Amino acid sequence: MNTSATHPETAPAAPPSAPAPLLEVRGLTKHFPIRRGLLSNIVGHVKAVTDVSFAIAPGQTLGLVGESGCGKTTTGRCVLQLERPTSGQVIFEGRDLTTLDDAALRPLRRRMQVIFQDPYSSLNPRKTILSIVSLPLRVHKVGDASTWRAKVEEILDLVGLPRRVLHSYPGQLSGGQRQRVAVARALIMRPEVVVCDEPTSSLDVSVQAQILNLLISLRRDLGLTYLLISHNLAVVEHLATRVAVMYLGRIVEEADTERIFRNPRHPYTRALLKSVLTPEPGLGVPELHLGAGFPNPLDPPSGCTFHPRCVSVRPECSEKTPPERRDEEGYVACHLY
Amino acid sequence: MTMAPTENVGLLSVRELRTHFDTDVGVARAVDGVSFDIAPGECVALVGESGCGKSVTSLTIMRLLPTPPARIAGGSIRFENRDLLALPEREMCAVRGAEIAMIFQEPQSALNPVFTIGNQILEAYLVHRPGTPVREVWERAVDALRAVGIPDPQKRMDDYPHQLSGGMKQRVCIAMALICEPKLLIADEPTTALDVTIQAQILELLRKLQRERRLALLLITHDLGIVAEMASRTFVMYAGKVVESGATRDLFARPLHPYTQGLLRARPEPGSSQRGRKRLAVIPGMVPVATQFKDDCRFRARCPLAGPPCAAEPALRELRPGHHAACHFTRAEGIEAWTEAAAPAGQGGAA
Repeated sequence: MNTSATHPETAPAAPPSAPAPLLEVRGLTKHFPIRRGLLSNIVGHVKAVTDVSFAIAPGQTLGLVGESGCGKTTTGRCVLQLERPTSGQVIFEGRDLTTLDDAALRPLRRRMQVIFQDPYSSLNPRKTILSIVSLPLRVHKVGDASTWRAKVEEILDLVGLPRRVLHSYPGQLSGGQRQRVAVARALIMRPEVVVCDEPTSSLDVSVQAQILNLLISLRRDLGLTYLLISHNLAVVEHLATRVAVMYLGRIVEEADTERIFRNPRHPYTRALLKSVLTPEPGLGVPELHLGAGFPNPLDPPSGCTFHPRCVSVRPECSEKTPPERRDEEGYVACHLY
Repeated sequence: MTMAPTENVGLLSVRELRTHFDTDVGVARAVDGVSFDIAPGECVALVGESGCGKSVTSLTIMRLLPTPPARIAGGSIRFENRDLLALPEREMCAVRGAEIAMIFQEPQSALNPVFTIGNQILEAYLVHRPGTPVREVWERAVDALRAVGIPDPQKRMDDYPHQLSGGMKQRVCIAMALICEPKLLIADEPTTALDVTIQAQILELLRKLQRERRLALLLITHDLGIVAEMASRTFVMYAGKVVESGATRDLFARPLHPYTQGLLRARPEPGSSQRGRKRLAVIPGMVPVATQFKDDCRFRARCPLAGPPCAAEPALRELRPGHHAACHFTRAEGIEAWTEAAAPAGQGGAA
């Protein structure tokens, strides 16, 4: 926790997939039915997530990036089984969560927790911090009332909140403090996997830095594994060990963080990286050549779904789905490779 | 228009503006002595964290704040030699939207969901130029949509807001804001609700319009990256005051105020995976509450340099040509406020 450190875990100790992954997702697909009319007939499907696969080794962080509507949050919800996937597997410690019923899921749920984007809406304004943070203990019937308070105090220390906030309400805390409460609530069950869904996007710059540092030191001290969902590439670059880029429900590229930022292969990844604004005056706004907008997810383009916006588009792109290439550099789905 | 004996030929000139709110728990001095100028065709940024008073400043210029609870406690706002704060409401209505226009953070809440795009743009024009033949205004609206890069503008006129994406909605808002050809556009966090890829497009559009129409732009944002790409001059606000101002280039090259330095260091830097990731610098503590502002340096409690002189409010001093900072300790050559030794130990100042 001193100042000298570059994070020891950022240099991946072993090639990906060499240690047994803690969490693995295979062919995850989630389609939401669209209902119309008096009888709520199903008239179509929104293909929110299609055939998404990834694996996260213990102690690693996978950053899931993409524009709004690309399916990154739905993927996170499917991993947690908050949303039951249409097909595919979510394997945690050798067990496929999608085949388990709620009762069988319950003990596993303790070990996978979530931090949401907005600490203003994710905390109940009428409950005290003690009550909010101890709720998971009560739900899972861990210990009894006499031990809850001690456990909450311990976790507040861990996330850097003073113990005097125990009897405060969320409304009395600042945005950064509330996000620390959300982190405390996620960690009180001592989970192994934490899904962080845009953990800092509603926070100010100086507070964002506090929360990012906290997430990094918790990862090191508790050996946590993160699935980090974010649209902020600078945050992902800072925190993730591996990055998967999603576009219209599919992963288009995946690689180690260092590699993907040094040498992005998919044209979409390149455009996304170029869109990051640096605090260097005079560079100008980057020209992305991305065209007007995000396509309609109800009626995705044919072939490679990115082809209408792609600068390197070829004739086959509108006809065939792109081949999937997996090599030592990572994974990419594009006709160029 | 330029014959008046004022000190500059600025388009907008804000002097010592104070906007206070009377609340149950005391007076919130949300904007407390803010001064800046904008020249025709210039892009100026007000940057700061939430609660620093940047949005209240812009709403005061537009006179969109309800009074009470808001109260103008002092200062002046001159726009082309008219004192906006003294204008009768009827004359202000003629300025608002026609000469000074504004776009907001969330285009979906700035557009009325039950009227078509065309209808809303027409209204924006006809309010200020009643009696113009509708056919003529329609043509003008189509041109405006085309100018902001909306494909197939004829067809889009009949669309409702929900049929457009977020980026397209913001383009419609810009078209609507520019339909009367204002001289000044206030953009309050114009891309915060948009994706990064769309953000770049909207910023490029604003820049193009600024250049082509000699449109002055007051950009309100918390994002230093946007400021660096867009603004020629920057005003950094903290707790209702301007703590540093200057040409954007100078301000980023040599930030003089400890707060500006802290903000720049706290940002996760693009390229960190190549150069080796470091712990992010943190500004400890949090922004003071507006009802509890005192007449000292308001950054004092979070500042690594704080000392006895900070009990007195620091004035904004010109330390280098055109580059001002409000700090008792900083010097023209800058200071290293956040040395590693001065930085708080532990995770974000606690543990």
